[in-house]
Amino acid sequence: MSEAHAPLVAALADDALIYAQRLGEWISRAPQIEEDMALGNIGLDLLGRARSLYGLLGSLDGTGRGEDDYAYWRDEREFRHVHLVEQPRHDFGFEIVRLLLVSSLDVERCAALASSADVELAGVASKAVTESRYHRDHARLWALRLGDGTDESHRRMVAALERVAPYVAELFEDTAVEVAAVDAGVGVLPSTLRAGVLGFVEDVLAEATLEGVPSSRRRSRGGREGLHSEACGYLLAEMQHLARSHPGATW
Amino acid sequence: MSASAPESDAWPLWEVFVRAKRGLSHTHVGSLHAPDAALALHNARDLYTRRQEGVSIWVVPASAITASSPEERDAFFDPAGDKVYRHPTFYEVPEDVEYL
Repeated sequence: MSEAHAPLVAALADDALIYAQRLGEWISRAPQIEEDMALGNIGLDLLGRARSLYGLLGSLDGTGRGEDDYAYWRDEREFRHVHLVEQPRHDFGFEIVRLLLVSSLDVERCAALASSADVELAGVASKAVTESRYHRDHARLWALRLGDGTDESHRRMVAALERVAPYVAELFEDTAVEVAAVDAGVGVLPSTLRAGVLGFVEDVLAEATLEGVPSSRRRSRGGREGLHSEACGYLLAEMQHLARSHPGATW
Repeated sequence: MSASAPESDAWPLWEVFVRAKRGLSHTHVGSLHAPDAALALHNARDLYTRRQEGVSIWVVPASAITASSPEERDAFFDPAGDKVYRHPTFYEVPEDVEYL
């Protein structure tokens, strides 16, 4: 018997897991070793969050699966994350803009879920709020320095905003996943978070002498239904190949 | 610095001090690079307190620290060497005094 909000928990867990995987790629590639650590730590926070959520999910969806089953043994169409988090790592400016968006969304979303009727979900969410505030602050500090930095850093931030633009609308779309959870008294509608999230982001961008997120004629959709972009398959291949090559291996 | 050095090498060095818990002093734990004070504090949090080592962090530009030089070691520290009377070792401690 699957609970109505199981797909929401899967969506939250997958958002966290996939972005953790992308952030982990920065280790050894950031501008300084200190920043390798910073982005790696943020990724680890998200990985920890995903693990807690997969733990809940195993009982909510009635399958009794564990975290490894969800992370390693599902195929692309079974993942429920938004397209933004699966997009390939680009330059540092792009990662800062993406982190600013994702962490701002997480702060608002988890703050709303902290009063969820599902007390276990509420517990994970309230811990996540504190973490995500720190992630958001890290992204904010960098956005200010890069936007209001050199001509080159400013140019790259403008390019980064154009690059994320097609993926922003999907973050605030009320899909069947969220609607079902709200009907069950557990979730929050993403559309209600839009003003708070983009308000924060636009304030940071303005202070960084950047214009806001530009409007985009293209827009992503379908992540919550398991429809993903090309990048997702490559990400999963890298993340899953070891576990699938050596099933049940431990260390 | 040579003109060919990568830009990131221009980040200044910061010394990091962490207070392990209330009541203790801040202790020097190491150093790091960061472009400015706010990011130095963030980096210090990530590098030196990720295993709950502290409740408070100071970062100080390494360039702001005035240090004694090794050449002056004798002049600075030797005179204290033969002045044992500066150590409180000549007192008889009464038997029933605890915590001393």
